Amino acid sequence: MSIFTILISTIFVNNFVLARFLGICPFLGVSNKTETATGMSIAVTFVVTLSSIITYGIQKGLLEPFGLEYLQTIVFILVIAALVQFVEMVMKKTSPTLYSALGVYLPLITTNCVVLGVAILNIQEGYNLVQTIFNAVGASIGFGLALVLISGVREELEFNDVPEALEGFPIALITAGLMSIAFLGFNGLV
Amino acid sequence: MSIVYPITILGGLGLLFGVGLSLASKVFSIERDPRIDEVRKALPGANCGACGYPGCDGLASAIVAGEAPVNACSVGGAPVAEVVADIMGVNVAESTRYVATVLCQGDCDKAKEKYIYDGIQDCRAQNILAGGSKSCSYGCLGCGTCKDVCEFDAIQILDGIAVIDKEKCTSCKKCISACPKGIIELIPYEQEVIVKCNSNDSGKVVRENCSIGCIGCRICVRNCPEEAFIFENNLAKIDYEKCINCGICAEKCPTKAIWTSLELEKAVNQ
Repeated sequence: MSIFTILISTIFVNNFVLARFLGICPFLGVSNKTETATGMSIAVTFVVTLSSIITYGIQKGLLEPFGLEYLQTIVFILVIAALVQFVEMVMKKTSPTLYSALGVYLPLITTNCVVLGVAILNIQEGYNLVQTIFNAVGASIGFGLALVLISGVREELEFNDVPEALEGFPIALITAGLMSIAFLGFNGLV
Repeated sequence: MSIVYPITILGGLGLLFGVGLSLASKVFSIERDPRIDEVRKALPGANCGACGYPGCDGLASAIVAGEAPVNACSVGGAPVAEVVADIMGVNVAESTRYVATVLCQGDCDKAKEKYIYDGIQDCRAQNILAGGSKSCSYGCLGCGTCKDVCEFDAIQILDGIAVIDKEKCTSCKKCISACPKGIIELIPYEQEVIVKCNSNDSGKVVRENCSIGCIGCRICVRNCPEEAFIFENNLAKIDYEKCINCGICAEKCPTKAIWTSLELEKAVNQ
């Protein structure tokens, strides 16, 4: 599969949030404001790309030679958790402004299933290293796109006359559902 | 034997990451002054922003960095300043405690109305309508906008004007920025004589509008033994640094625009 197809596929057609339904927690949790949504997306992009590269190396170099593919999930989780900690430390040292801007979202990425999802899908699809990297970048862009889109809609919703029973999360869930249906329109593009 | 590889690999990876992270934490450790946390703990934690820094965390960093004085937190006042000074190892200079005061006494009986205001109960809204319903364009409108912004429940609306309880006031300045008339000012807590009028109108206009306004007669200026009065724009003002709270000006003031505390009033009468 060409790199371009992978990018289009992960951003639009198989969008991780709206088509694969991974990473729903931050999708609803940090989408109140566009600003925080953008920050979260950047942090996720960083972690997803790095963890994809590392997990790819571990899969090819350690797990496959020893026939330990069944350890995939637990090893990948270990990698992601350690990586997030590491990224947090580096960021705290090198860029305190970005660190304070991302705040609590950085450690939250540990439990974001997009990260694990991308890492495992890379292996399942049999991608090589370059494809893996682009798959990871595309997945994070798709995640960011979905997050920024819904946060924009939710910011607008604040000023609208929403029926009382639907205020807050209910209307956000309806919005998410409609967005997901809208993204179905990309089906068959790749 | 098949159990050995998974255990080795998983354990090895865990160990590797563990060691890696602990090394990284050494390499990327940030030297953070432990006093920041101590100072932060001593501060009230209201994050009100009265000090001008972004929340209590911001002030704690600024105090430790030497950018802010140890008594910068007006909400915490002297007790907090002492604790912070203790942490920083300096002596806190005796600082004057300031409290917000409304410089208007024109309540419903004393000040005249231009029109009857029947709109939203908010001074800012009323002020847009020809400067409010009071004939005096400088006076307190009494809708309680300052009362609404006060987080310490220190402001009451009594008889159409705002009155601030100086015991409860923490000088956070929120009311000062909320008041559309700008008649709330920070005045030393010990001050017992205050010109409670803010009108720059001429004496004649003041007399027409309000029975307790400063008419600019300068009797106070002439009678002050300490020459503590500043007279500008038809309005007498007290220089609080020179004032000795003798109360002579308040006694002489023909309109009683100079307010005195009850204690001082009693002392003068005796």
